[in-house]
Amino acid sequence: MNVGDTLLYLDGVTVTFDGFRALNALSLYLEKGEMRAVIGPNGAGKTTMMDVITGKTRPDTGRVVFDAHTDLTRMDEPAIAALGIGRKFQKPTVFEPHTVWDNLLLALAGDRRPTFSLWARETPAERERIEEILVTTRLTEARQRRAGDLSHGQKQWLEIGMLLAQEPQLLLVDEPVAGMTDAETEQTAELLREINRTRSVVVVEHDMAFVRALDVKVTVLHEGAVLSEGSIDHVSEDPRVIEVYLGR
Amino acid sequence: MTLERSTYLTLLLVLGGALALAVLNQATDAGSALHVPTYVIALAGKYLCFAMLALAVDLVWGFAGILSLGHAAFFALGGYAMGMYLMRQIGTRGVYGNAMLPDFMVFLGWHELPWYWHGFEWFGFALLMVVLVPGVLALVFGYLAFRSRVTGVYLSIMTQALTYALLLAFFRNDMGFGGNNGLTDFKDILGFNVQADFTRSALLVVSALFLCGQFLLARFVVQSRFGKVLIAVRDTESRTRFLGYRPESYKLVVWVLSAVMAGIGGALYVPQVGIINPSEFSPANSIEAVIWVAVGGRGTLVGAILGAVLVNFGKTWFTGALPELWLYALGALFIFVTLFLPRGVMGLFARRRKLAPEPEVETPATAAAHEVTG
Repeated sequence: MNVGDTLLYLDGVTVTFDGFRALNALSLYLEKGEMRAVIGPNGAGKTTMMDVITGKTRPDTGRVVFDAHTDLTRMDEPAIAALGIGRKFQKPTVFEPHTVWDNLLLALAGDRRPTFSLWARETPAERERIEEILVTTRLTEARQRRAGDLSHGQKQWLEIGMLLAQEPQLLLVDEPVAGMTDAETEQTAELLREINRTRSVVVVEHDMAFVRALDVKVTVLHEGAVLSEGSIDHVSEDPRVIEVYLGR
Repeated sequence: MTLERSTYLTLLLVLGGALALAVLNQATDAGSALHVPTYVIALAGKYLCFAMLALAVDLVWGFAGILSLGHAAFFALGGYAMGMYLMRQIGTRGVYGNAMLPDFMVFLGWHELPWYWHGFEWFGFALLMVVLVPGVLALVFGYLAFRSRVTGVYLSIMTQALTYALLLAFFRNDMGFGGNNGLTDFKDILGFNVQADFTRSALLVVSALFLCGQFLLARFVVQSRFGKVLIAVRDTESRTRFLGYRPESYKLVVWVLSAVMAGIGGALYVPQVGIINPSEFSPANSIEAVIWVAVGGRGTLVGAILGAVLVNFGKTWFTGALPELWLYALGALFIFVTLFLPRGVMGLFARRRKLAPEPEVETPATAAAHEVTG
């Protein structure tokens, strides 16, 4: 593989919490423009992997290399976010007292320093971008609603919209369809594919139907390491995967 | 900048009220039915200074979720800076008639003015210190606390410890701030007799002007994009990090601004009450300020001013009528507001468009509990 095509490279990452190995020498490559689904039973280390990539958790050993030369393990969350890595949480986390519009405004790529935000005025370019995202996430009608008043599905979408507003190179999406209706799940798969046209995406998911619908390369995690990798059909036929995950 | 009705009303009541009282004190005879006695002027001025402290508390608590239980420390530091200027103005009119040394230093047998008292004979220097001393203390404290991600109950306890440490320090005679008695017996401010009716009326109007200025400044801050980030930090701090914001910088900016605002309040307080002593650092004072804000309505700015004036008016009346019951009344008031007015007095005007998006947490008590548990 050409190194230049690798966007994210986890190399032997180990994370221990009180003796428990949440990640055990985990290695994983993600190519530019790729969408990857990560599955695995509870405690397999999916969320810890996200925490390591976004700087929330520092690994004991191993490297996390982004865009060929940046070591993420030396950086904190805001610095990593500024590099272009966005994260969507399992539980939708939006700024509830703010309107949908303001949520997107705060997420828009740009200067994050207090000295800027004290004097910042909405620019026409910002408005245009927010309008676009409202259309993409089907929240145009809800723009002036308080984010806290949105339905669960709408909150998930708003959070995805906020990720888009950040204009990241890489999106990490944790269980995007948890608690969604079938129709919403379908729309979400469509939206993720749409996003994937211009950005790399890592989706952590439990919902096998959803993973199948995404139709991308799947990585199965187990006890903090990669158990199997390949197409959904390939991994679902892997006896080890059946043993620990699908067979139960 | 558009101003909504509550803002207009606040500016009008504060400025108009102060001007009306001042005019009725100055332009009428003592026997007249319209005459406002000077003690009322002094009281009103004191309330407005407390309102500045409340505004400062609301800015950090209501909008950044920093429950400071030590904000009176910044107020008192601003007060001491002004007090030092006023002490230097006494000159040879002190009991011991020493041109350089304040009475308490002569009494302690000191022969020289400590180095940190130099410069305070100039009003401009004192004003600079009113801003710098609380500001720099807040900068250092906030930088260390926010960078280490200290939040909730730990931060609240640290703010209490800060004000308590200052209380103990200022009690010591060898600190050179008058010890237990503090600084008092002031004569002049900018050449005007601090006891004179005219000076008191003028100080009231100046306090009203500063309060209005601080109110407009705080309003600008919370309505800016900065303010929106601040509210986001208050409710979901970790989320803001993943968006690329540094919550610690936002908190630090608003924390220092708030400390300076409180310091200015303290500086205006001292000439009007005629004394500053270490009791101003007592932790109970800071807690009282939090109660004013809760009573008025947290996160509304207007409510902070309203709460400070209402509660202190009640305190004046109560400590006159039933002095031993005041603390019980204050406690009962806090419980009443928590149970029946979860969004404070401002919550009664709920129909009006809110300045700050309301916090998710409902009552001051649960809000405090929320901050405390992180």
